[in-house]
Amino acid sequence: MFDNLTQRLAGVVKNLRGQGRLTEANIQDALREVRVALLEADVALPVVRDFITRVKEKALGQDVLLSLTPGQALIGLVHKELTALMGEQAAPLDFATQPPAVFLMAGLQGAGKTTTCGKLVRVIRERGRKKILLVSCDVYRPAAIEQLKTVAGQAEADFFPSTPGQQPADIARAALDHARRHFYEVLIVDTAGRLHVDEAMMREIQELHRLLNPVETLFVVDAMQGQDAVNTAKAFNEALPLTGVILTKLDGDARGGAALSVRQITGKPIKFAGVGEKLTGIEVFHPERMASRVLGMGDVLTLIEEAHRSVDQQEALKAVQKLKSGKGFDLEDFKTQIQQMKKMGGLSTLVDKLPGAGQVQAGDLAQGERQMRRIEGIINAMTPEERRKPELLKASRKRRIAAGSGVSVQEVNRLLNQFEQARKMMKSLGKGGLAKMMRGMKGMLPGMP
Amino acid sequence: MFGFFKSGKPPAPPPEAPSAQPAQVATDPAPARPSWAQRLKAGLAKTRGVLNTPVGDLLRGHPKIDEALYEELETILLTSDMGVAATQHLLDALRARVKRDRLTDSAQLKEALKDLLAELLAPLERRLDVGTARPFIIMLAGVNGAGKTTTIGKLAKRYQSEGRSVLLAAGDTFRAAAHEQLSVWGERNRVEVIGGQGGDPAAVIFDAIQSARARGIDVVLADTAGRLPTQLHLMEEIRKVRRVIQKADPSAPHEVLLVLDANTGQNALNQVQSFGEAIGVTGLVLTKLDGTAKGGVIAALAQRGLSTGQPIPVRYIGVGEGLDDLQPFAAREFVDALFA
Repeated sequence: MFDNLTQRLAGVVKNLRGQGRLTEANIQDALREVRVALLEADVALPVVRDFITRVKEKALGQDVLLSLTPGQALIGLVHKELTALMGEQAAPLDFATQPPAVFLMAGLQGAGKTTTCGKLVRVIRERGRKKILLVSCDVYRPAAIEQLKTVAGQAEADFFPSTPGQQPADIARAALDHARRHFYEVLIVDTAGRLHVDEAMMREIQELHRLLNPVETLFVVDAMQGQDAVNTAKAFNEALPLTGVILTKLDGDARGGAALSVRQITGKPIKFAGVGEKLTGIEVFHPERMASRVLGMGDVLTLIEEAHRSVDQQEALKAVQKLKSGKGFDLEDFKTQIQQMKKMGGLSTLVDKLPGAGQVQAGDLAQGERQMRRIEGIINAMTPEERRKPELLKASRKRRIAAGSGVSVQEVNRLLNQFEQARKMMKSLGKGGLAKMMRGMKGMLPGMP
Repeated sequence: MFGFFKSGKPPAPPPEAPSAQPAQVATDPAPARPSWAQRLKAGLAKTRGVLNTPVGDLLRGHPKIDEALYEELETILLTSDMGVAATQHLLDALRARVKRDRLTDSAQLKEALKDLLAELLAPLERRLDVGTARPFIIMLAGVNGAGKTTTIGKLAKRYQSEGRSVLLAAGDTFRAAAHEQLSVWGERNRVEVIGGQGGDPAAVIFDAIQSARARGIDVVLADTAGRLPTQLHLMEEIRKVRRVIQKADPSAPHEVLLVLDANTGQNALNQVQSFGEAIGVTGLVLTKLDGTAKGGVIAALAQRGLSTGQPIPVRYIGVGEGLDDLQPFAAREFVDALFA
């Protein structure tokens, strides 16, 4: 019903492909498609207009006329311009200050500030800063402080208590003082969601900014936001010297046009993307990859990086060693792989990042995930010895396993066949090629591309 | 938007939906209306600087109907998140009407566009009557941060002021401190909240319904955790919540509200579809209309409702942070507000 940007632009390429060369007229059609696509992806209208003008200027220029495939050239241009619009490089976090380095979060209600605080702890820790303090200046929303406290607990970071009866500025001052005296390296300050038109609240956060003098003032934006993203981004950018943007809820099916709008209006780098509700659900924002994803080139790079990070290094090492020692790949490893895939956010997250995945139906994915659970169930019904030596499995044992996991013997057989294939694949696999392994596996599940 | 309050006089009361219970209409907070209008006016005075050119100004600059004017109108419709399809539909219809009625000046054009938009949105205006069952069980769902829990607080207040007893079920057992947040709302309204963190949401809501029935409660508001439609396991979970509610009371849930953030762009269409397929959404709540977001995406929803023949009504709109700032949706009022 509702084409996403990837699909729309794929359609544009197809339409263009039938044509010999790029003329003013057929560019016009294609650009109109691009315009509609961008609008449907919630890129703000002024940003879209700007973008179309730029692409058109360049498309009518020399370099395109020299190109042999006009369609590719145009899409290439659109991609290049999209990337340029979203910022060329992933921007790292800034810690360059006398500790504590203060991070101030700002954004509308429900953008995902508090959850993002917890996720940032993890990112900061990965950068080698260990002593992190969290504090909430949200004295308005019921239980907001409680929420941050819980999040801090989950992230295993220290929490500076505050109460709804206090003034945000007092909380900030006390937290900063505490952080200084206890030699915290980083202080993350969560704030209440506020409307950019609420003058009193905007003054409040300006006051907080003045008090805290943060190295990072991060604007948290919901990837689902529509046209109004320009207004909010403009207002927040004018009120605060923002240092970066965090785009949240990018694991949804929104195409995230807001990213382009906010980037264009503020000129500030999008530093991270929030994906999923778990505290591990944060990734460095790669403008180039986002543009690729938008254009249907998939986001394989992010996938691989995620595979490297999410997958338990120990487990992976064990698997590699097993391969090296020639002991072979057993059902236990097979199960571990499935669990690792789940850890990375399940099939839907993975598939979303693969090229051409736009065509996969949600139903197929659900089926795939069900299938994964079934496989896990079957393996769980085996004894440890059977898992290590699948060749032990004869009719009687298979019947027992089928009964134990509530499936039919045929399904047990199917699993064993799949496992055999996987084992063959493992043999041909070079070391360290975990991502390749994942991709190989997906072909075995039903409904996958 | 909402610039029609600029005139200073309170807006005419919206045409009350014909209700079977006149007593209830009387309790519809008549005195709260002007204060809401005042609050909104106050809030919007602040927005004026941030807003794009309002249609009124625009039309004054264009006494004649020409292509430039149509383009400007397109801009206004698109920037309010109405989407390409609905915008195209409205502009095509507008051109047809201009031809048919031989309209010549921009003021007439504005009225014609308002009429067309009001016609488009009219099917979404259907009030929710919570008196048809007891307990009347309302399930709320939505993406993360849409404003579900806040909406529940406001709904509880609303139904209480209508003289109904209310029970809250804290079905968001996942998010940190969600139960506490609901409890605070409960305390403010002196409403009991059932549930706790970490439990099974379906079980919590089941218990709440049993308890409501035992105590003769009128309305049960069941909160659920925010979820994105792409999180298939969570969509499966909410399906189960609905099934379990049905088990507790075969006629329930009597209403399944999807809470939409007015800031949301075209993804709202995906949300309505996905949640609709999973749990059979019967009504929408549009929150956070007190910013500069115009919530035009409901026009896109109405437009799609035309093709499927089943528009999902917008039951309430949220226009502020106060407990009273949740109002029934009135199409004409909404349009008037959109076109200052």
